[in-house]
Amino acid sequence: MFKPSHFAAVVLFALFASVVFGITQRETPKRMIRYGIYCFVLFTGSAVALSWVMFLIAR
Amino acid sequence: MATTGNTNGAAGLDSKQGPKPATQQSSKQGAQEGFVYLPLIAGWLVPGAGHFLLRKWGRGALLAAAIVGMFSMGIAMQGRIYGGASDILEMLGLVGDLGNGLLYIVSRVLGLGADQVQVTTADYGSRFIVVAGLLNVIAAVDAHNLRTGRKS
Repeated sequence: MFKPSHFAAVVLFALFASVVFGITQRETPKRMIRYGIYCFVLFTGSAVALSWVMFLIAR
Repeated sequence: MATTGNTNGAAGLDSKQGPKPATQQSSKQGAQEGFVYLPLIAGWLVPGAGHFLLRKWGRGALLAAAIVGMFSMGIAMQGRIYGGASDILEMLGLVGDLGNGLLYIVSRVLGLGADQVQVTTADYGSRFIVVAGLLNVIAAVDAHNLRTGRKS
């Protein structure tokens, strides 16, 4: 059984979703790559930021 | 009153970009032949197949790798594959899972995935499978847009 950590699961999720979003939401290869990277950073960045918010609320 | 509606159709794009070369026009005419919904249906049944039909090999391969990879990892994490629709949450999960097309049918036939979610990673896995299905629907619709000329 594959047991990734929570962060590894977030990174994998962001990677796969960003690939599909980049290809389907933009028309030229250059813009696809840029939008894919943008989505990946937003996915992982927002997950890390929200994790810190929840950690601080729980303290 | 002037309208600012989105004219993102094939005609709108052509008028902005000027006349296209003869080879590009002939390939576009070739793509317009046949059943319009074939890339949509093929893309839903097999991830990336809609783009392969339109000879978008690179895009199709990346989409297939992403969607099949996400689905496989969901299965490897012992994610649950929804089979019934007893309540609203199960129904929504089933709709998401059905987006995987043949992957869903094959995994149901082979009995892959867990019946009950017992560990945290299995819950991640269930979400991976559902989201893989939703991403596959987006990819299939993209193939349809390429087929109809709404996207290039």
